[in-house]
Amino acid sequence: MEATAASSVKPRRGARRRRSSTLTGRDRMWLWLMVGIPAFLHIALVWLPASLTVVLSFAEWDNLAPVSEISATGFRNYWIIFTIFETDLFGALFNNLVLVVWLTVCSAIGMLFAYLLDKNIRGTAIYQSIYYFPVVLSLAVVGFIWKSTMFSRDRGLLNAVWPGEPVDFVGDSTKLFSFDLPFLDPALGLSKNFAALLVAMAWRHIGYIMVMYLAGLKAVDASLREAAQIDGCNEWQSFRQVVFPSLRPINVIVVVITVIEALRAYDIIAALNEPRGTDVMGTLVTKSLLGEGSGRVGFGSAYGVVMLLLCLGFIIWYVANHYRESEL
Amino acid sequence: MTKPTESSPKRRGAGLNRRDFMIGGGAALGGAALLAACGDDDGGTTATTTTAAPTTTADTGPGSTTLGSNFSGEVPKAALAAAVAATGVETTINTIDHNTYQDNFNTYIQQPDDVVSWFAGYRMRAFAGKGVLGDISDVWSGLSGMSDGFRSASTALDGKQYFVPFYFYPWAVHYRKSLFADMGYSIPTTWGEFKALCDTMEGDGVIPLCAANDGRWPQMGMFDMINLRVNGYDYHVSLMGGNESWESAEVKNVFSTWEEILPYYQPDANGRAWEDSAVALGDKSAGMFLIGTFLADQYPAGEEIFEDLDFFLFPEINAEHGQDAIEAPIDGFMMAASPENETGAKALLGGLGSAPAIDAFLDVNPSVVAANSNANTSGYNSLQQSSATAVGSAKQIAQFLDRDTDPDFAAQVVGTGIADFLTSPGSIDTILADIEAKKQTFTFE
Repeated sequence: MEATAASSVKPRRGARRRRSSTLTGRDRMWLWLMVGIPAFLHIALVWLPASLTVVLSFAEWDNLAPVSEISATGFRNYWIIFTIFETDLFGALFNNLVLVVWLTVCSAIGMLFAYLLDKNIRGTAIYQSIYYFPVVLSLAVVGFIWKSTMFSRDRGLLNAVWPGEPVDFVGDSTKLFSFDLPFLDPALGLSKNFAALLVAMAWRHIGYIMVMYLAGLKAVDASLREAAQIDGCNEWQSFRQVVFPSLRPINVIVVVITVIEALRAYDIIAALNEPRGTDVMGTLVTKSLLGEGSGRVGFGSAYGVVMLLLCLGFIIWYVANHYRESEL
Repeated sequence: MTKPTESSPKRRGAGLNRRDFMIGGGAALGGAALLAACGDDDGGTTATTTTAAPTTTADTGPGSTTLGSNFSGEVPKAALAAAVAATGVETTINTIDHNTYQDNFNTYIQQPDDVVSWFAGYRMRAFAGKGVLGDISDVWSGLSGMSDGFRSASTALDGKQYFVPFYFYPWAVHYRKSLFADMGYSIPTTWGEFKALCDTMEGDGVIPLCAANDGRWPQMGMFDMINLRVNGYDYHVSLMGGNESWESAEVKNVFSTWEEILPYYQPDANGRAWEDSAVALGDKSAGMFLIGTFLADQYPAGEEIFEDLDFFLFPEINAEHGQDAIEAPIDGFMMAASPENETGAKALLGGLGSAPAIDAFLDVNPSVVAANSNANTSGYNSLQQSSATAVGSAKQIAQFLDRDTDPDFAAQVVGTGIADFLTSPGSIDTILADIEAKKQTFTFE
């Protein structure tokens, strides 16, 4: 914040200092425009549809009748997804939870890769390209690669090298582990095909995160590391005490990206045709809202709202926490 | 996407369109079609709109009209253009990717072209009931060569016709003639013979039954066939219409009958695309495959496997119902509720429903069977001939599970239930209870 006029009176601690108002009317106009246009677009393109989704989740509409014929149904859609489609809903939520944990692990691996590749080892550009490659592939290609060439039971690469009986990586929805919940039958757990999908997700996520950290690492002042070295830090200490803290801005972005990616995961699962056992919130929403049926807008919107609340809840909690910390 | 997923992939459309999907997929790694199948949310705008050269053979009679087409593969597209040309009605054809078209039909039909391509049965009736389609009963009164079965598949609940059938393709048990001849297998006509044949094949080291369920629609065909054989067509229609309980003894009987042949299935059906099963049937590692006749498109026409392919009707299970019913999805055309040029639209529909149009279509794309019995069948290959005979002799024609009931209910409830049944047949009671509970949240026509 720029200093105010040369007042000799010290402002009270915590009191806001007056901002100099040297802005001309013209400046103000530009400021308003520059803030206003993106804000307007944001509200119109993000919050308006989101609010409409919330409204529709309390209604019944076949996406065909005139808007005037949409009928309010109160919490019926929520009642349906929480009591009748509950195995789908909680199965999906559990898979999303697994993804949060898993992608966090992948982010850490991505950071490790970036740290190693940042050391100007020979051929670093080649390694970088290889790890980043999956990120630039289109969804269609990713789907094809994993479904037809890697996972396929009859002619996939994985099964060619897999010892013993062939495994149905795509379709086997039996559980690797599961635990009983009193209100849920069948039990909640991680299905085998979702575990296989996690590999495909990692394949893409690690490269993505790696590139972000590579950019961040370039910005870390080399003299800081040097100083740490001179002070006798070992590799781990210098990373933990010096490099990692200075990566803070990137860390914030990576945490947000990782969690949001985990909550709204959709593309690779869809490319694999949403096999049983691999549903996440994203696929439940799209299955109900898109597609030929799409006659149950309210029902699909209710799924959408559950997902929206999860994402929003996390973002608000995290951003609020983060900025509180950084003000200290 | 979906969304289908290859998807959606996952598509339950016409056989030739699946074929085109694979062709497109092979060429461009699935590009647009795959994305569309995966639930493309703005499919309408990504659609490739191509305008066929207006076919102006008509003397300014009915004027010019428009046709929304999902014949998006190269061959079907050319074939449809030829068919439209044969009607002599000046028409602009707007072609949209098949899966995109289907996924966005709900939106599209609110501002459609004059004539639109679609499917017969419940899928047509659902839209007719919502008043977005135009009554074409007068077109029907001018049609000849359409059987009563096709008329009823084109009739909505109000007794009027809203659909003109174009072609169909039956579902039946496919096999390789040379395998059956070499091993001395004979065509089973009863459930007992069928299971005995499965046993023999297993003993010979051949997987008896191809089994694919990727996309969760291929095994719907097996459910349909067993239900039609065990409980009959009327029960099947009633069940599809939401009027019977999925926990009834009849439905449980279907699944227990089904369980008898599960041991003969290719293992791990849920993850396998039907195209992979086609490979197994082709190389004779598997013996029989219940699937639509679009299967033949997987093998190059005129070459060994294609020529060697044949099918037989699903065997009789309950003598009361014999082999009466067959499953044969019908594709055709409908008219918008308020077309810009109603005279032109009706002239086009009348033309498409008559023999010359389908003859022109089959000249270019000989993989389906004409709905109109006046069509020229002299150019049919043996599979087309068998298809025509099979459907012609059937007492009832079902469409397909997801065409005979609410498509959402089919895909999200019954399809997932069947997938779970294949994974653990023992929990069928829980699965059926779940289907029945979810069914209550749907409104049927």
